[in-house]
Amino acid sequence: MAEASQKIPVTVLTGYLGAGKTTLLNRILSENHGKKYAVIVNEFGEIGIDNDLIIGADEEVFEMNNGCVCCTVRGDLVRILDGLMKRKGKFDAIIVETTGLADPAPVAQTFFVDEDVQKNARLDAVVTVADAKWLSDRLKDAPEAKNQIAFADVIVLNKTDLVSKAELAEVEARIRGINPYAKLHRTERCKVQLSDVLERGAFDLDRILEIEPDFLETGDDHDHDHHHGHDHHHDHGHSHGGLKHYHDEDMQSLSLRSDKPLDPTTFMPWLQQLVASEGQKILRSKGILAFAGDDDRYVFQGVHMMLEGDHQRKWKDGEKRESRVVFIGRELPEQAIRDGFERCIVS
Amino acid sequence: MKDFDAPDGPSIVSITDRVKLTPLGAAVGSVHFLGDRAFFVGAEETIAIVTADGEITRTPVHGGAILCAASDGKRIVTGGDDGKLVTIDAKGETSTIVTDAKRRWIDNVALHGEGTVAWSVGKTAFVRGAKGEDKTFEVPSTVGGLAFAPKGVRLAIAHYNGVTLWFPNMAANPEFLEWAGSHLAVMFSPDNKFLVTAMHEAAMHGWRLADSRHMRMSGYPGRVRSMSWSAGGKGLATSGADSVIVWPFTSKDGPMGKEPAMLAPMPARVSVVACHPKNDIMAVGYSDGVVLMVRLDDGAEILVRRTGGAPISGLAWNAKGTLLAFGAEDGDAGILEM
Repeated sequence: MAEASQKIPVTVLTGYLGAGKTTLLNRILSENHGKKYAVIVNEFGEIGIDNDLIIGADEEVFEMNNGCVCCTVRGDLVRILDGLMKRKGKFDAIIVETTGLADPAPVAQTFFVDEDVQKNARLDAVVTVADAKWLSDRLKDAPEAKNQIAFADVIVLNKTDLVSKAELAEVEARIRGINPYAKLHRTERCKVQLSDVLERGAFDLDRILEIEPDFLETGDDHDHDHHHGHDHHHDHGHSHGGLKHYHDEDMQSLSLRSDKPLDPTTFMPWLQQLVASEGQKILRSKGILAFAGDDDRYVFQGVHMMLEGDHQRKWKDGEKRESRVVFIGRELPEQAIRDGFERCIVS
Repeated sequence: MKDFDAPDGPSIVSITDRVKLTPLGAAVGSVHFLGDRAFFVGAEETIAIVTADGEITRTPVHGGAILCAASDGKRIVTGGDDGKLVTIDAKGETSTIVTDAKRRWIDNVALHGEGTVAWSVGKTAFVRGAKGEDKTFEVPSTVGGLAFAPKGVRLAIAHYNGVTLWFPNMAANPEFLEWAGSHLAVMFSPDNKFLVTAMHEAAMHGWRLADSRHMRMSGYPGRVRSMSWSAGGKGLATSGADSVIVWPFTSKDGPMGKEPAMLAPMPARVSVVACHPKNDIMAVGYSDGVVLMVRLDDGAEILVRRTGGAPISGLAWNAKGTLLAFGAEDGDAGILEM
């Protein structure tokens, strides 16, 4: 890990067609924040702001020559970031807008794979703009929309003025059924604090401080210890004190937890083996780990088959030495993952 | 700043005191000689023209980043993120060849000896002959690199999954050389028998043009960003490792089934290589700012510049081989008279 602060942060802006990505982008660019953004867009001319650092790109997803089918990168991004770095100092951050049908994984993987990209830039967060009125439908018929929600660090749930309270609760519950960890913001016309979408450090290992589910506090007065077993494989809503809980049939999150230390000689090979064999299904993974005989917290994160991890800091006095691992993915082999994790616990 | 340590042996010949230092104050993208003056193409906006005596003249060429540059010894053509293609001659006179109407980036440029220039914007390659007529060709993905064959007007266009060989002045169908992966730079061998590419992955690929036989050149720890043919095209020197990797091209099979020479190992990555135009020596720049001259036969080294911090980003010899210029990402630069 080089000094993350000197690297230029890159925010990936994604969202299904018509959700409001361009609205958010225009808002970011026109607000008076004193910062200069380089913007990589797919459609030239949609942005009404004059900026010599708006670059048109063709989304070119390239497979890496390593026999791994999910190991894809954005070839155009490699080239554009290379060119942009010649103008280092002329801008503060980069925003990459993807097309509505894009899978965010190749963008994220570009930052794991490419040495030159890594040297100069860091992935800050995947921000997904979702349409409150239509997202529920898209989650049924558009796998791309589901990917974008599952992948997100921040979800801007837009056009909330076009839906009733009940519809809003419904769509939020569906989002949470897929990704309970992303920060969710309800907006009209993408009116969101820029600090809520930019400079999030979501891929910064040092900032994987907590991986607790994120819940909006509004009207939500019951305690959320959100560990209902995912043993039911049908799409339905069930009500706990007014808030619906959904289990999405093919995209889930899986949370593992242990207050007993893990054996690093078992855990690391298990994790590597897991992402090697199930990496196509696992979109994101994150973990804070307490290893036996190790006074440092170990943190890791991954995108599909790519993992990075490091010792983060000493466990503090009185801090609960608890390991937590989260996977978000498609048709995750839940029981096999739970069993594998159990075997890494030092008894 | 730590002092340079010779990797082994009691001492290394140093000629660092004979280098004329010409700090430029702005990042260097590449260096080319036109006559006996070194043209340092900046990462942005300007070309700095430097004489062997160290006199510096600056000429603005682009309104932003300079993304690519090529020289045929008589002129340098640069492409920028301002959508312009600009030429500069040995006198330092500039003119704009093309301005992209949509201000798209000019990503690559290549020159042919007889006044023909090629450039690319996204997936489209353009060729303009000496008479000024433009021809275009579109490849399936963004152009990664361009190179003219040493003979005839034949343009190699590197892209995802291979290289397209296009004859802009002929009706013949373009040839396609396939190899999976993203090809980011392309070069013909001086004898026109081989074509090599540097890939996005840490590897090179090559084809023998007579029969399209593949040559895999892999094992690099990092991406190959600089390639240079040794005098007479006997070997291809490449960056990307902590020593210079030189692939042998003396036999009709090129490097197929042969081991490359690994010369001048250092604790830093090789960033640029430039072979001498006449003799079997090369200049090598490293990511820690060191510049060496290395003899190709036995790897004997001469120290030209000590550890300087920023990576060396440009190296060039003049056509006679009497002057060597180097530039770095932090704007440090120098000229050595042999």
